[in-house]
Amino acid sequence: MNKELLINPELTARLLKDFIADEVRKVGFSKVVIGLSGGIDSATTAYLAVSSLGPEGVSGIMMPYRTSNPQSEKDALLVTERLGIEHLRVDITPMVEPLFQTFPQMDRLRRGNVMARERMVILYDQSREKSALVLGTSNKTEYLLGYTTLWGDMACALAPLGDLYKTQVYQLAAFLGVPPRILQKKPSADLWAGQTDEEELGFTYEKVDTLLYYMVDKRFTFSELEELGYKREFVKDVFKRIQTSQYKRRLPLIAKLSERTIDRDFRYPRDWGR
Amino acid sequence: MKIKVGLAQLKPSLGDLERNLELHLSLIKRAKSDKLDLIVFPELSLTGYFLKDMVPVVSLDLQASIIEKLKQESKGISIIFGFVEESENHEFYNSAAYLEDGRVIKVHRKVYLPTYGMFDEQRYFGSGERIRAFETKFGRVGILICEDAWHPSTSYILAEDGAKLVFFLSSSPARGIREGEQIGSAQIWERINRTTAFSYSLYVVSVNRVGYEDGVNFWGGSEIIGPDGQVVAKGEYLQEGFLSETLDLGKVRRARMYTPLLRDEKLYLTLRELERIYEQRAANQP
Repeated sequence: MNKELLINPELTARLLKDFIADEVRKVGFSKVVIGLSGGIDSATTAYLAVSSLGPEGVSGIMMPYRTSNPQSEKDALLVTERLGIEHLRVDITPMVEPLFQTFPQMDRLRRGNVMARERMVILYDQSREKSALVLGTSNKTEYLLGYTTLWGDMACALAPLGDLYKTQVYQLAAFLGVPPRILQKKPSADLWAGQTDEEELGFTYEKVDTLLYYMVDKRFTFSELEELGYKREFVKDVFKRIQTSQYKRRLPLIAKLSERTIDRDFRYPRDWGR
Repeated sequence: MKIKVGLAQLKPSLGDLERNLELHLSLIKRAKSDKLDLIVFPELSLTGYFLKDMVPVVSLDLQASIIEKLKQESKGISIIFGFVEESENHEFYNSAAYLEDGRVIKVHRKVYLPTYGMFDEQRYFGSGERIRAFETKFGRVGILICEDAWHPSTSYILAEDGAKLVFFLSSSPARGIREGEQIGSAQIWERINRTTAFSYSLYVVSVNRVGYEDGVNFWGGSEIIGPDGQVVAKGEYLQEGFLSETLDLGKVRRARMYTPLLRDEKLYLTLRELERIYEQRAANQP
C-alpha cells in the first residue's frame, strides 16, 4: 500500500472515540444505534462506539433482505457477541416487497436504494425508541465517489469514518480487533447475490484511495496525477464521479430570496450553544 | 524573579458565555488556592471557537459585567483570557486580555486571522494592527493568538520590544494522523514553540484548548518551553487539564549570556532591508 495512506491507528481510534462521546453527550444523549451489515465499516463503527460509550450505550440493528447473504448476518451477530451489545433483527423483506410488486420493472439499483432507505426508516425509528443517535458507517471513499444512497445509508447524526478512506478503515479495524473473518472478506453492499464493491466500481479500493488522496487531499492537477502514473481516463472517471455526486454531500439548495437565507447567510455551527 | 503560572487547558461550550464564565471562575479559584501568580486561558476561552454568526451575540466591550467580574478576580491573581471584543465602532475582534490588580492592562487583538481551508475568521472578525510587548508586575511580556505565532515576524517584534515571556493562546484543531506520528498540527506547533523560545531566548507559554466543535477536535498539549528551547512542562493531549509550573527569569538571563542571539541581532539591518523590499514591491505594483 502507498505509505501516504498509512495511519496511526491508535491516535485515530482515540480521536474517534472521543468524537463519539463528546458529540453524543453534549446533545443530551448517551446511546447510539448502528445498522450492522456484517461488513467492515459497520463493524469498525460498532467497535469505536463501544470503546466510547460502553456496550450498554450501543445497539446493533441487523436488517437483512431475503436475498442477503446469510453469512453477512452471522458476521454481524459475531460483532454483537464479541462486543456484548444488544441487537435487534428486523427483516426488511415484508416492508420492501409490496413496493417491488407495485413496480415490477424496478431494476436492481432502484431496489438497492429502496432497501437502503427502508433501513434508514428502521434506524431512525429505533433511534426514537431508544433515545439514541444514529451512527453512520460511510467512509471517505464512498462519500467522494457517491457510492451511497442519498437519505439511505448516508442518513445519520454522526459519521465517525467519514474522513477515512476504505483502506484506512481496514487499518483501524485491525487495530480495534475486528474479527479477521470480517477483515478478510470482499467488501460488498450485499444488495444482490454475489455483488462486490470493487467489481461494481471497476477498480480496487487501494488503487482509487491513493488517487483520491493525491487528487482531493493534496490537490494534484490532472497532469501531475498522470506523472504519478495514473491513466488519464481513470483520473477523469474518478473526478466525474466526485463532481456528479456533489449534490449528495450537500443539503438541498434553497432559493435565495430574503436577506438572510439558511446556510448561506444564516450560519451557525451545529453545536450551537453546546 | 520566579513566577508561578497555571495553564488552563479547558473545553469551552460553544457560544455559552455564562457556562464558560463559571468554568473560568472555578479554575481561577483553583489557581488561587495553589498560590499561583498568573493563570492563562486559551484563545476565545470565554466563547468557544467556531462561532460563525454568534460572534456579535457573544461579543463584550471592556465594561461588560463578565469582564468586570474577571477584573475583580484579578485582585488576587493575574489573568489572561480570550474573548470576542466589540469596539466602540462595533467592530469585532478575536482578542485576549491581560488583567492585573483589578485592571485591564493590555488587550491584544489577533492580527493574523486564518481564512483558508477550514478557517473563516476574516469573515467574522476585524484584524488587529498592533504587536507590542507590555509591562506587568512580572516584567515585560507579550501575547499572541494562535495564527499570529505562525508568523515568525510577530515573535521577533515582541522579543525586540523586550518581552521575556510570550503567551500563545490557541484553539488549534487536530489534523494529520500519519503512521508513526503524533497529530500533524501538534507537531508543527511544538516545532514553532521550541524554535521561538530558542531563537529569542525567552519563555514560550503555549495554551491550547480541548474538546470538539462540529466534529473538529482541539488537541490540547499545552506547554511551557524554556529560553534554551527545552520543554519545561507539558500537558496531556486531548483531555482537559491544568498545568502549573514555576518560571525563573534567571533562566532567560543565563540563556542570553550563553547564546547572545538577541544582543547580536541587527535591528537596523532588518529594518533597512525590509524597507527596501517594501519600497520595491510598492514600485513594482502594476
